[in-house]
Amino acid sequence: MSTVAADVVVVGAGPAGIAAAVRATEAKRRVVVLDEAPNVGGQIWRHRSVGTLGADARTWIDRLSRTNAEVRRGVAVVDVIVGGEAGDITVVAERHLGGVDVIRTPALIIATGARERFVPFPGWTLPGVTGIGGAQALLKQGATFRGKRVVIAGTGPLILPVAASLTDAGARVVVVAEQAPFQAVRDFALSLLTHPETLLQAAIYRLAFLRTPYAMGTWVTSASGTDQLAGVAVANARTAWSLPCDLLCTGYGLVPNVDMARFVGCTTADGAVAVDERQATSVPGIFAAGEVTGIGGVGLAVAEGEIAGAATAGAARIDPSLARRRQALRVVARRMERAFALRQELRSLARDDTVICRCEDVGRAAIASFADSRQAKLYARAGMGACQGRVCGPALELLFGWQPGTVRSPLEPARLSTLSTAALAGAASSAADPSAGS
Amino acid sequence: MPQSSVAAVTISADGRSVRVPAGVTVAAALLDLGTSAFRRSVSGEPRAPLCGMGTCYECRVTIDGVAHRRACLVTVAEGMHVTTADGAEEAPA
Repeated sequence: MSTVAADVVVVGAGPAGIAAAVRATEAKRRVVVLDEAPNVGGQIWRHRSVGTLGADARTWIDRLSRTNAEVRRGVAVVDVIVGGEAGDITVVAERHLGGVDVIRTPALIIATGARERFVPFPGWTLPGVTGIGGAQALLKQGATFRGKRVVIAGTGPLILPVAASLTDAGARVVVVAEQAPFQAVRDFALSLLTHPETLLQAAIYRLAFLRTPYAMGTWVTSASGTDQLAGVAVANARTAWSLPCDLLCTGYGLVPNVDMARFVGCTTADGAVAVDERQATSVPGIFAAGEVTGIGGVGLAVAEGEIAGAATAGAARIDPSLARRRQALRVVARRMERAFALRQELRSLARDDTVICRCEDVGRAAIASFADSRQAKLYARAGMGACQGRVCGPALELLFGWQPGTVRSPLEPARLSTLSTAALAGAASSAADPSAGS
Repeated sequence: MPQSSVAAVTISADGRSVRVPAGVTVAAALLDLGTSAFRRSVSGEPRAPLCGMGTCYECRVTIDGVAHRRACLVTVAEGMHVTTADGAEEAPA
């Protein structure tokens, strides 16, 4: 184990985390950035070679590499210990292939981004069913989907770039199903006339898969196959039909990754971390930026990251142009949320025997009679497994209206040796011993 | 997987020695090798990557003897040993 001290720890090296780290290092702070992935960029700026990225992503990643921020990749934060005194925070992270890092810091920026929301339906656990962002991530990781028959079914603007890149990669995207009705999508597109660059980008993506029908008000009702996906059933308000496919990409919007923030006691609202004008959370010394504060896209994440990074470095005032950009993008985000609200039919796709909790194989019937997610976890093990409810939690909320349960450490499954290190770090923190660790 | 001039590494996947492009994740490499069951669920169902970003834990495999590694978060490396749920037990080195 290695213990280091930092002025600022940033968890998450996506757009918000990168912008925060750049701003904080520019103000001469010693910054450590932690990320689970092998490369910086998060999901939207995921890359194997920076040459494949857009200009904005390249610029920020390049700026980060020119700072003296220490970027630790391939590590998962398993514990965050907030000491009794303000500004005494200990972060414990496990390296995927061995080793533990312990970092003490007065300031933590939570930039943990978002994950996809999955809606359970019969067959959704079959190999060959991935997220929409999941397929994009695997493609960028080097998977080749050339020649595969692909159905994309879900909601939101993420569908467009993924349909475009799968088509570019030689996959045969046979249908794109958007659950939102045509009117909602049209009205949202019209509302973007104030952001013509966004509309233009959407049009460019659509051109890339122009030969594929983009069916609105349409959703997947089930997937079939024995040990591998073979086909899907699709429905709209008037009719239903089936079609064969090799890959089903499905995702119903994004969910902020608030687990770490909730664990350390940050106030949340509507499933996102509540922050003030400086991106400060309700816990002293802890800031949050990007999708974790509410789904709003890459532009908003960068603006929030810049503000948070400057705030941890003690900036007295917020850059007014950043504050304006943040406000404008939050307005667009709220419109998007309304336009792509999930339709009622999605709540009743899961049958009695449809697995809801994939980690523990808990079916719908085993939990439907419980009162809340805590009961479902204690009595039926729903949310008890490796993902710790990150996949089934939002599904339970959609199906039964249950709020997520308490977050406990370790934040990710960890080895016993990591847990003992975390326990030692916690003891050191509560003893307020500045020479802890080594 | 297309054979091209890009750099490649040799890994052992379920005891089989294979060349895969350098820089790809274990998840991407296994998918392109036609792997269907990365892991078996508690009731024995085959499972494969869902989220691709470290959240869902469906892509868990054993990497260099360490169980439950998320294949989507680890880049392939020369000589790496990867074992899936249905993988043959590797002979001791």
